Amino acid sequence: MATTALDHAAPRYRTRSALYDWLTTTDHKKIGIMYVINSFIFFFIGGLLALGVRAELAQPGLQFMDESTYNQLFTMHASAMLFLFVIPMLAGFGNYAVPLMIGAPDMAFPRINALSFWMLPLGGILICSGFLVGGGAAQSGWTEYPPLSGAAFNPGSGTDLWLMAVTLIGTSSILGAVNFIATIFKMRAPGMTLFRMPIMVWTMLVTSVLVLLATPVLTSGLMMLFIDRNYGGGFFDPASGGVVVLWQNIFWFYSHPAVYIMILPAMGIISEVLPVFSRKPLFGYKAFIFATAAIGALGFSVWAHHMFTTGQVFLPFFSLMTFLIAVPTGVKMFNWIATMYKGQLTFQTPLIYSLGFLTMFLIGGINGAFHAAVPVDFALHDTYYVVAHIHYVLFGGSVFAVFAGIFYWFPKMTGRMLNETLGKVQFVLLFIGFNLTFFPMHQLGLSGMPRRIADYSSSAGWTDLNLVATIGGFIIAIGLLPFLFNVFISLRNGKPAGDDPWEANTLEWATTSPPPPYNFDHLPEIRSERPVFDARHGAATGH
Amino acid sequence: MTADSQALTPVEHSPVSGLAHDARGGISNPVLGMLLFLVSEVMFFAGLFAAYFNVRAAAPEWPPAGYQDFLHVLPLAGPATAILVLSSFTCQFAVWAIRRDDRAGFVRNLTVTLALGIVFLIIQGTDYIVLWTEGLTLDSGIYGTTFYTMTGFHGAHVLGGVIMLSVVLYRGMVGQFSARHHDAVEAASLYWHFVDVVWIALFTTLYLLPGTQGGG
Repeated sequence: MATTALDHAAPRYRTRSALYDWLTTTDHKKIGIMYVINSFIFFFIGGLLALGVRAELAQPGLQFMDESTYNQLFTMHASAMLFLFVIPMLAGFGNYAVPLMIGAPDMAFPRINALSFWMLPLGGILICSGFLVGGGAAQSGWTEYPPLSGAAFNPGSGTDLWLMAVTLIGTSSILGAVNFIATIFKMRAPGMTLFRMPIMVWTMLVTSVLVLLATPVLTSGLMMLFIDRNYGGGFFDPASGGVVVLWQNIFWFYSHPAVYIMILPAMGIISEVLPVFSRKPLFGYKAFIFATAAIGALGFSVWAHHMFTTGQVFLPFFSLMTFLIAVPTGVKMFNWIATMYKGQLTFQTPLIYSLGFLTMFLIGGINGAFHAAVPVDFALHDTYYVVAHIHYVLFGGSVFAVFAGIFYWFPKMTGRMLNETLGKVQFVLLFIGFNLTFFPMHQLGLSGMPRRIADYSSSAGWTDLNLVATIGGFIIAIGLLPFLFNVFISLRNGKPAGDDPWEANTLEWATTSPPPPYNFDHLPEIRSERPVFDARHGAATGH
Repeated sequence: MTADSQALTPVEHSPVSGLAHDARGGISNPVLGMLLFLVSEVMFFAGLFAAYFNVRAAAPEWPPAGYQDFLHVLPLAGPATAILVLSSFTCQFAVWAIRRDDRAGFVRNLTVTLALGIVFLIIQGTDYIVLWTEGLTLDSGIYGTTFYTMTGFHGAHVLGGVIMLSVVLYRGMVGQFSARHHDAVEAASLYWHFVDVVWIALFTTLYLLPGTQGGG
């Protein structure tokens, strides 16, 4: 056999197992895929915790657990979803796509990239190990407000594990941000000017700046809380001269920009998908970039809108800035709709999930904008209305974008297409389940149901809507089964993808699926933000 | 490892920067990476400073009653400051030396820098022992909490810098650096200057900023 002869001729390399290869890799593509898999694991863990919450709330009274267990469930649900699913999932897409999209062989610091990834499973194990210690996992809500999160009310080590894990995950994010910024500024291919970069790359750049500036501030706060809890510090304890609201300021100085960390790359995914499946360039490419930068900049001046009811913040300023942030978001919404307008829409799964994103994120944007008005916020603060808002933005927004990204890039990652029919079945189930779960929460909030309660009175009038929400939650869970089955069968028998199954625009489609190590043998000429489109149609359009 | 060395053979340990298409010179990847990392470090200390000024503004008087007479410029903190500032100069002399390929001068200046850094840590440790025995502890109220947290995180960064400089010194002594190839030196020196600047801000805030008198 010819291959045998070749084997003899080739130099003898040490052969290592595929597992060893994945565990020690510094290839951004493998690391990106590991980010995605790790994030999905915590998505399912967080989802199971949410089902526990919904099961308990389906009827008045305590059926399945005591209040302490319930508190652990919703705290860990939010912590897993935010810190271990949405943020790392989007960073994973960035890891996979950014070097490919700018025509680079890898990230600027491949080994630091591997370090960033491996901190995540470690942080995840740390945070979940809280369930095994006395007193249980963290249970003061993902916001961990003192004094509730202080040693007096939560003496168990679950909260300390939470603090350490979030510090670790934050450090992972910071190193990732350093890597992304250095990669984007130093590793671009010839011709790939800043204003020819795909929108996904731009959103990762702005996101990385937010991570770099905001996450260390959270770390400082986590350290202070850790010192308060374990070494008798007094940062958040008025009895020793501290300030309780200080924690909220520090926490939201991070966590509001973190909202944009959790949505900007999702907007990037949508902005890659819509032009491809509308067969048109993105409408207002530069306007979109400036809107992204504006959201990032404004994101640092709105944190105290989470604290209106503390009476410790300057309401007019933070209210005004919060309203202002709707402007660049509106610009983007306009860009997306104008991109689809008169386009040749092909309704394949990535586009369908993108449409889900557009509609659900629009609701999440509008129901959130009301809260910028101080009187509305005073009325709705800490009610289920806020729960509805955050889920329309993060589930209706980010999660639908994540699935758009999965269906869009799965062929590139694996060389095989996902099944379209199963993808559409999954979308319908998710879409129905999602709205059934979270739309009633608007009404629950308006009728006064507070968040973070395990029980409610049967005479409060909240029972029916809670039951509907619980049914919706289980439909979401069922909706994820077609996805798992889809990935399982497509990896084995999926249709071979070829290099460029979607006839897309950006450089990752100019190489093989999956791409080889260091990505490219040669690059097409880069004369616009759509180099693969230009190459396919034979003419550089100029820009 | 530097973008400047693009024309040379790619460095074995970092195939990627050797393959960078856009190695147009300018700042090298490792130095840019360190600068970006320092941005995040600035924000970390900004969080601590923000907390300090928040609790200080909320306090009726500062230092709080009973802690008026703890932090003194002499005999320890002032000299420690001078030593750390001096070490920033010797660190920069080391960088300038390796830039003109003066390896002996590089090793000499870096050794002095390292020694000064260690002396700073010893003085800080002594200061901690003195203050702790006098009754200023981490759990003695917000004054002690802020003092030990801020200076403690700074001291940990000095320790990190000392370790970093030791590695760089070792690599310099075995001859791994030259005028064309010394990104690690540049990056470590940036970190050391950052640690120095943070200390100047801390020293000014904790020791020199006048206290506020109690109104009630």
